[in-house]
Amino acid sequence: MTWQPICALEMLPPEYGVPALVQDRPVAVFRTHDDELYAVGNVDPFCGAGVISRGIVGDRGGEPTVASPMLKQVFSLRTGQCLDDPSARLPVYPVRRRPDGVVEVALP
Amino acid sequence: MTRTLIVIGHGMVGHRLVEAVRQRDATDAWRVVVFGEEPRPAYDRVALSSYLDGKSAEDLSLTGQDVWDDPMVELRLGTAVTGVDRAARTVSTADGSVVGYDALVLATGSRPFVPPVPGRDLDGCFVYRTIEDLDAIRAAATEGAPGVVIGGGLLGLEAAGALRRLGMRTHVVEMAPRLMPLQVDEGGGQVLGRLVTDLGLTVHCGAAIESIDGDDRVRSIALADGTVLDAELVVFSAGVRPRDELAEVAGLERGERGGFLVDEFCRTSDERVWAVGECAAVQGRCYGLVAPGYSMAEGVAEQLLELGDGTFPGADLSTKLKLLGVDVASFGDAHGQTPGALEVVYANNAAGTYAKLVLSDDARVLLGGVLVGDAGAYSVLRPLVGRELPAPPEQLLLPAGSGVDAGALPADATVCSCNNVTKQDITTAITEQQLTDVPGVKACTRAGTSCGSCVPMLKTLLGECGVVTSTALCEHFPQSRSELFEIVRATGTRSFSELIGKHGTGRGCDICKPVVASILASLGHGHVLDGEQAGLQDTNDRFLANLQRNGTYSVVPRVPGGEITPDKLIVLGEVAKEFGLYTKITGGQRIDLFGARVEQLPRIWRRLVDAGFESGHAYGKALRTVKSCVGNDWCRYGVQDSVSMAIRLELRYRGLRAPHKVKAGVSGCARECAEARGKDFGVIATEKGWNLYVGGNGGFTPRHAELLAADLDDERLVQLIDRFLMFYVRTADRLQRTSAWLESLDGGLDHLREVVVEDSLGIAAELEEAMQRHVDSYTDEWAGVLADPDKLARFVSFVNAPEAPDPTIRFVEERGQIRPGPVALPMPAFATQEVSS
Ligand SMILES: Cc1cc2nc3c(=O)[nH]c(=O)nc-3n(C[C@H](O)[C@H](O)[C@H](O)COP(=O)(O)OP(=O)(O)OC[C@H]3O[C@@H](n4cnc5c(N)ncnc54)[C@H](O)[C@@H]3O)c2cc1C
Ligand code: SF4
Ligand code: FES
Repeated sequence: MTWQPICALEMLPPEYGVPALVQDRPVAVFRTHDDELYAVGNVDPFCGAGVISRGIVGDRGGEPTVASPMLKQVFSLRTGQCLDDPSARLPVYPVRRRPDGVVEVALP
Repeated sequence: MTRTLIVIGHGMVGHRLVEAVRQRDATDAWRVVVFGEEPRPAYDRVALSSYLDGKSAEDLSLTGQDVWDDPMVELRLGTAVTGVDRAARTVSTADGSVVGYDALVLATGSRPFVPPVPGRDLDGCFVYRTIEDLDAIRAAATEGAPGVVIGGGLLGLEAAGALRRLGMRTHVVEMAPRLMPLQVDEGGGQVLGRLVTDLGLTVHCGAAIESIDGDDRVRSIALADGTVLDAELVVFSAGVRPRDELAEVAGLERGERGGFLVDEFCRTSDERVWAVGECAAVQGRCYGLVAPGYSMAEGVAEQLLELGDGTFPGADLSTKLKLLGVDVASFGDAHGQTPGALEVVYANNAAGTYAKLVLSDDARVLLGGVLVGDAGAYSVLRPLVGRELPAPPEQLLLPAGSGVDAGALPADATVCSCNNVTKQDITTAITEQQLTDVPGVKACTRAGTSCGSCVPMLKTLLGECGVVTSTALCEHFPQSRSELFEIVRATGTRSFSELIGKHGTGRGCDICKPVVASILASLGHGHVLDGEQAGLQDTNDRFLANLQRNGTYSVVPRVPGGEITPDKLIVLGEVAKEFGLYTKITGGQRIDLFGARVEQLPRIWRRLVDAGFESGHAYGKALRTVKSCVGNDWCRYGVQDSVSMAIRLELRYRGLRAPHKVKAGVSGCARECAEARGKDFGVIATEKGWNLYVGGNGGFTPRHAELLAADLDDERLVQLIDRFLMFYVRTADRLQRTSAWLESLDGGLDHLREVVVEDSLGIAAELEEAMQRHVDSYTDEWAGVLADPDKLARFVSFVNAPEAPDPTIRFVEERGQIRPGPVALPMPAFATQEVSS
């Protein structure tokens, strides 16, 4: 597993997402209110556009989520599962914060 | 074989008959020929007075194009029938034609009664029945001059209200010792008199007219007691008389007090001839209301089509009116004429309300009642007529809300008397069709679709059937949007975290976050991308542009009122060319530039802002455009400067966040080239000022805006729009357009008018201040981003590769411009998404 640096944590305010390219793969990296980090695929499986990072972060029944800005389907940030349509799922990537505050994502 | 039905009179009831026949006549058994003496097809005479508020004749019209298109219907307007030959079965008209019939229905209505006083033919004397009458009254009315209405009944008070609105000093002269003697009792009449006097009318009861005086025009009126009233205009409203002139010609019998005498089937002695509506004396009795007329029409249609026996069931003469903004209702045996009847009266002089119940001699059965000043209890009480009281009478008379509930109503009680719908009909529909709201009940049962007085009861019945209409915003907030708005306003909350911590649960979602963002923005809490607010915004607000289907954005600069200089026009073309954008002129008088990538947005804005453009907010739930026509500078029909007004309004309300996008229009004359009535608020110029319409929209359920106020000067117009918009922003639900909001308001347009125009809640000044704060604090959001490196840093394709193009974005060419290319992933079929333009 190779970790790739994405950005400084300050670039990623709480409850916000940023798009990143990890070895040519579009990834959306999120930080939730409790400073947990999540990384899922940036491409919305329903429309094929790279927009997931621009969605609204929140929770559904306690599960951390992001809602696609395109047609508003909600995805779990932990599992990538679409909570509105069981047939869709986003890929999930390992993500961590280095001691110097840089956010890293790995491709499995 | 097709037979011919002739209908004489195209008024409200005649029209209902034609409709009823055409709707049910599956085999085209009847060809219908309708003769109407008036120059126009049937219109809503009940709403006649609103014509003076600016409603047009078309607004009042009851017929659509379908009637003209229907090959089975022939409308002959401006054609009075003068003869009926029953032996030959023909009618003849004033212009000499003769038409044969197989069935004939008389629906000639009634004419206003003008008492035979000297001087009644002088210029300046009018009656109040047709659109032409109102045109004449309007033309003759002078502001500040004295006007007298003769007759203080239902129609008289309506006419008085009309004169008052035309700015006249209005007197009402009534022969009886009180106003509305037919509907209201002594005590109720007194309260009504006081309320009406408070409105600035002068009431003379127990007064007889001696003469009407003047040389060629009316100057004064002499009363029997010697009083002389100045009068420049007189309206007779002293009752109506059935128009039964044709009885003689046709050899038909009349009722004792006039009208074509008919049996309970509305049939005259000739089995091929019926009479319906105000001209019919059903078993000797004439009805001056439209609901009984409608049920006569339905009955005759049934007979003609052999669908039922079509008897006229007799009429409920209950009335609930809002005269001059005063509630008046009477129902059942309002005057206590039943032998042994008892009365219970509750009068509150301080509040200006009066209520009386008429009970059977054992005080157990409700026989009727009168309500003045507050008719809230009407919808519960009227259906209880003839039944045992569910609660002690005192309790029933308490101000609305605290009295009985719908549970007290027996299942077969009529809840909607206009459309004859019982409580049972409604509850069955609710459970069987799983209805969840009032519009559903209306559509399914027709209840509530006419006078609307039963709508509060429909709501109660929904509740009784266990329909909980939750107003919770989402799983995170139990409050509705308007409740949250008030919480934020009252507590001065400035962030989402604070609000959800104190008043909600969890961390929010894509429903509550944008709502809170919008509330914070409406209250003027900084740039939409400041701090935490950025993460609350829907993508459009977060990137200040409209997300399009392939993940690119479109950019729409503001072009206030659609007016643009050639230089600015050139800049738009240059920017589009430089960034390779698709350009389209929108329906809202904007130029939309499509296909911008996130990372291009700041550079595009830089060019636009430098050229003097600002954000058009095409992305936000915010004021979008104020469309304008050419106006009187260039248009030969224009009567006001619609362009300047549109620009003024657009600049005033730009940036205003709202529960839904808001669009507006300003037309320079009644030709309405700006389609202002299809907008959330629309302004149409008249010779006397501006008419303000509200609550219209295109969209899924198109709706014409309705007149809120007429003949406004510039300042008053702006003031009323300030109040209207702020009231909407505060109280509407999430994503509720002004049209749906208006429909959901208790009391509808009348209530809105009370709040916005008459300031009944006393909040007008506060609403205006809130709007002024918005106006004063407006800054351009694009410029705000350009000036802030932190905000700019978010406009990247990839945070770790800012210049790498997004591989999912592809374009192909069509008609010389780009359009989104096929995307890598299959596109699932989706329901329509609302396209923001
Ligand atoms: C200002 C006003 C307010 C009212 N408010 C209410 C209210 O709140 N509630 C309520 O229930 N009712 C109200 N009414 C009464 C209601 O309008 C009437 O009950 C209803 O219009 C009667 O319908 P109709 O078809 O019988 O008569 P009309 O609507 O009067 O139609 C009769 C038509 O027949 C035409 N006609 C007559 N003779 C001939 C002929 N020989 N040949 C050809 N055409 C002919 C007339 O020109 C007329 O157009 C109000 C009336 C007015 C004027
Ligand atoms: S609405 Fe009237 S003023 Fe405006 S363009 Fe049309 S005709 Fe001219
Ligand atoms: S009672 Fe008039 S609409 Fe129901």
